[in-house]
Amino acid sequence: MSKPPEQTIDEILTLAAAQFKVARETLAADDDFFKKLGIDSLQALSLLTRLENHFGVELPDYELQGVSDFRTLAARIQARL
Amino acid sequence: MLDLSQYASLGAALRDALDRWPDETCLIESDRGREKARLTFAEFQQAALPFAKSLQAAGVVTGSRCAIIMTNQSKWLISAYAALYVGAVLVPLDYKLTASEHLALLAHSEADALVTEYHLWRAMMQAPEFVDFARRMVLVTEAPPNADLGAAQRWEEFQANGGAAIGLSGEPEFVPRQRSDWACIVYSSGTGGRPKGCVLTHENYLEQCMALTSLYPFWPGMRYLSILPTNHAIDFMVGFIGPFTCGACVVHLRTLRPEFVRESFTEYRITYVALVPMVLKNLERGLRERFDGLPKPKRFGFEVLRGINRILTRYRPNLRVSRRLLGEVHKAFGGELRAMFVGGAFMDPATVQFFYDLGIQVSNGYGLTEAGTAVTLNDFNPFRADTVGKPLPGMEVRIATPDAEGIGEVAIRSKTLMSHYLKDAELTAETIVNGWLMTGDLGRFDAMGHLQLLGRKKNMIVTEGGKNIYPEDIENTFDGLAVKECAVFAANYVWPRGEAAKLGAKEMLLLVLRLENGQPLPTTLIAEINERNRTLPDFKRVGGYVVWEHDFPRTASMKIKRHVLAEEMAASLTRAAVQPL
Repeated sequence: MSKPPEQTIDEILTLAAAQFKVARETLAADDDFFKKLGIDSLQALSLLTRLENHFGVELPDYELQGVSDFRTLAARIQARL
Repeated sequence: MLDLSQYASLGAALRDALDRWPDETCLIESDRGREKARLTFAEFQQAALPFAKSLQAAGVVTGSRCAIIMTNQSKWLISAYAALYVGAVLVPLDYKLTASEHLALLAHSEADALVTEYHLWRAMMQAPEFVDFARRMVLVTEAPPNADLGAAQRWEEFQANGGAAIGLSGEPEFVPRQRSDWACIVYSSGTGGRPKGCVLTHENYLEQCMALTSLYPFWPGMRYLSILPTNHAIDFMVGFIGPFTCGACVVHLRTLRPEFVRESFTEYRITYVALVPMVLKNLERGLRERFDGLPKPKRFGFEVLRGINRILTRYRPNLRVSRRLLGEVHKAFGGELRAMFVGGAFMDPATVQFFYDLGIQVSNGYGLTEAGTAVTLNDFNPFRADTVGKPLPGMEVRIATPDAEGIGEVAIRSKTLMSHYLKDAELTAETIVNGWLMTGDLGRFDAMGHLQLLGRKKNMIVTEGGKNIYPEDIENTFDGLAVKECAVFAANYVWPRGEAAKLGAKEMLLLVLRLENGQPLPTTLIAEINERNRTLPDFKRVGGYVVWEHDFPRTASMKIKRHVLAEEMAASLTRAAVQPL
């Protein structure tokens, strides 16, 4: 049985906070992670490996294409769980 | 390498290359550190010929247009070679565009066939503009077993079929082409108002390849790391035509995550790589962090060696010396790296210098799709971080109507110039004047014959990631907003930040809003802008807006006079007026 979407979002926010060394509570599901974390698209890609290991799924680079907020990213991961 | 002056077409040159080095490895494909494919030239041929035969059986004939929308992978090159083999014209499209943009360019190019990946095809099928593809042939790679492909066929089945379905036997028929025939239609911008499909001939590519490899030769055993999208003119040349016609190897990565890119340098002992400035800066950042993390005595020793290397290579690179002095650094890049090419955007000279001081050559250059890719390139004779190098062999570059300081529009004449813009005689006539390509870029030559670029005369904005952006394209997204008119600018175009910053700094895109006289800022406007902004790829998004109190100056045909508007804005507003989005 797959996880509830809210839990997936919450876990992504925790992992992103750890990866980019910011406090978890400063991140929200609808944040634009490029702006909020001040990262470029390559740095965003480097988050994918951490997410893959955590969720145990393969996430091709294209899953990040056109995505800039945590909620949409979570939906894409959710579809693969 | 092959003597390309003897060939009339890319297909003929590639066919001979595959025969000449049958046992050399030509292609390696790796995914997250796992090698997925390794092909020799003979194996590449064995994969491509059945595919060519199937294309022929399916009616792809001389001059048919075959579009490819794929990430960098072996099937990209196999499909491209097969299409060239049967005399088709390639239409390589950027996989990073949106599905709607893909569909618009497929329509504009009148593609007869499309080769694409499953996730891209799925997005196209879901796009509102998806039209009936029944009259076109669509081949989809790597589709899951039960996937709904609509009218498309599976690439793998089609390739394995080898034309058998209609009873074709034997080899596919090789279709010769003339030098002046079309080889590719390459789009140098997205869609929006005016797709710019550069029609490039076989001669354009053969001449470009000869010019580039005279400066940076390939030979069997060399490995080129293909990171830039292969649809891009640079990668198509140095990540396909160049290495293949010299018996060298191309390495594809299915992911561009920095950790796997770094790993691949050592894993495959990479010789050359072409990068956009953003990736190079990322590598620089990683190296700086490593240097900063060294224990003090080691750091001191390293700085001494770097200082010695800097002195010994002040005028000319000396790879042997640098590899000996700074072995650890070179080992991290595989130990056999000869040069990294950077193009497609203005490069910060400090980054080029950083790598040069380590003995790693970053060759920055200047190119346009319209000129068949590279026009100038640094030849390290001597090293200069602050220019885009000297014209390549066969390139005539001049400064049109130079001012007192020698600055004017860069104009180019060579055998690599495109034939024309597809279905746009007006734009072609504006761009190619008496055989000279008017680039719209401002530059000057210094006393040593190096070209320095100073800015863009045209509206084109080149992002740090090497993407070309056309304001008109983005403005279409904001069409119909509850304002009188709106326009998109790069902030640096309106308020240049001094030369160095202007050339190297990240461009912020700006939405200029002209409200109706006396109209207050509509309360829902910002939400609406944000919503539309999200539909754009990230590199095309606007980062802020300003409210402008006057009507936009326009030409007789109602085009915005961008430079006039920018000057008016710069005269009465400062950057502080920009409201972030």
